[in-house]
Amino acid sequence: MIKSFKKNIKGILIEGLTLSSALVIIAIVVVMITVIVIGGKNQITWEFLTSFPEDGMTKGGIFPAIYGTALLVIIMSVAAVPFGTITAIYLTEYAKENSIIAKTIRFAVRTLAVIPSIIYGLFGLGFFIKFVGTTMDNTFLGGQLKWGQPNILWASLTMALLTLPVVIVSVEEALKTVPNDLRAASLALGATKWQTIWKVVIPGSISGIMTGTILAVSRGAGEVAPILFTGVAYYVATLPASFSDQFMVLGYHIYVMTTQSANVDKTLPIQFGTTLVLLALTFILNISAIVLRYRIRKKKIN
Amino acid sequence: MNLEKIQTENMFLYYGTKMALNDISITIPEKKVTAFIGPSGCGKSTFLRSLNRMNDLIDGVKIEGKIIIDDINIYGKNIDVVTLRKKIGMVFQRSNPFAKSIYENVAYGPRINGLNDRKQLNEIVENALKNAAIWDEVKDRLGDSALGLSGGQQQRLCIARTLAVNPEIVLMDEPASALDPLSTSKIEELIVQLKENYTIVIVTHNMQQAARISDQTAFFYLGELIEYDKTKKIFTNPEKKQTEDYITGRFG
Repeated sequence: MIKSFKKNIKGILIEGLTLSSALVIIAIVVVMITVIVIGGKNQITWEFLTSFPEDGMTKGGIFPAIYGTALLVIIMSVAAVPFGTITAIYLTEYAKENSIIAKTIRFAVRTLAVIPSIIYGLFGLGFFIKFVGTTMDNTFLGGQLKWGQPNILWASLTMALLTLPVVIVSVEEALKTVPNDLRAASLALGATKWQTIWKVVIPGSISGIMTGTILAVSRGAGEVAPILFTGVAYYVATLPASFSDQFMVLGYHIYVMTTQSANVDKTLPIQFGTTLVLLALTFILNISAIVLRYRIRKKKIN
Repeated sequence: MNLEKIQTENMFLYYGTKMALNDISITIPEKKVTAFIGPSGCGKSTFLRSLNRMNDLIDGVKIEGKIIIDDINIYGKNIDVVTLRKKIGMVFQRSNPFAKSIYENVAYGPRINGLNDRKQLNEIVENALKNAAIWDEVKDRLGDSALGLSGGQQQRLCIARTLAVNPEIVLMDEPASALDPLSTSKIEELIVQLKENYTIVIVTHNMQQAARISDQTAFFYLGELIEYDKTKKIFTNPEKKQTEDYITGRFG
């Protein structure tokens, strides 16, 4: 059969249309990265990475923002990873697959995952600062204001809530890769359920737990909305030394430089530099997560 | 010798509402090899897994009747399943070593019992590996991953791991069905040696295997215990027609 000319043209058109929309995506990524790399590459010097902002934030480096971002994700991980791992352990090891409690937890986790990040910020403000913080001040400090205001602890805990679903889902996936044969072997040797989880299941899924942690960190490092009201600062002259200190963060620093600066054109190189640093950080984290996950999949197949 | 090491009385097992074991009464003697044979789905593995309560792990399993081991009903009240499983070890169809070293696989059981003394552990690991007839093959690489061993070696390692807990009874669920003939004959030799010190209950698909290594044989069919007698009797002069049909290969 010979294809009619009309049909042929139609086929080519559709293929061309789908291809061009795919190419647009590639173009967007390439342009975005090229612009950021070209604009920022000359800015990345040792000094830029290790010094404080100077001259009303029109010169100098971004060290406090890097330091603050690192500290934020560390405190966040310390809170979110154990909590998320324990929840995932409950879901995979204890809860019956179709029990009401397991379904409710999964529903809650999915809901947490789709809540807009600004709402986490509002929740953190209302719960951690206004409720927990103010109660702490009234109870232990006689009403003196210390914990009832934004700080790195409340910001990190708010961010931990946001990243919790990421941790739970990846750890759950990792725990499920441990074959049931191994659980049976351990139990048949007279191990308790907890010994089995602690000595067989968790060691067998440690790289999955790591993947979850890295993904959470990468998400936390890039988000700004949850910490807007809960601890991030425009500028602080000293590095945060206590949980009750405010701090700077890369993502927010970009926003500040772009919209709040006295001279936006003058700070343009800093904006580019900061963006490049943040982008590189997120890329590195995501690539390590992908590599780890690939290794787990490979292990699972073998 | 205790002729009634394991004893079940009118035991029924249900998966949900489906009956999988129908009125099983059997008496298994100490320090003998008892084989369970029968076609797939006849309930022999299910029955084996009832003896160390591994069926507890499956949702919806309900057991009626009694399983008495050393005069204690293991489905009675106040039975500690963890202690029970230390006394009744199990070797599975597919070898399932942990992703740990050879040494740590065998030391796993003693360790979870709280033993951490290196000297004692070394002794237990060495004895268990010797008893499982794998010591000579692995003594120079105890620190290597158990996953690097061949299938037959892995299965003997799993037997050593079970022996390290010092059980009285060892349940084996088709332990050689995934192995080549050479590895199978090694496992069979081992089983015959082990009955000096342990009560062995083995499920097997392989009738020659049952004939070679067991002292007693029980034939299961469709969830019922059809016939149970000395192995020699079952294979030369069975009482029931179904048994005869099965061992002569007319079905199954």
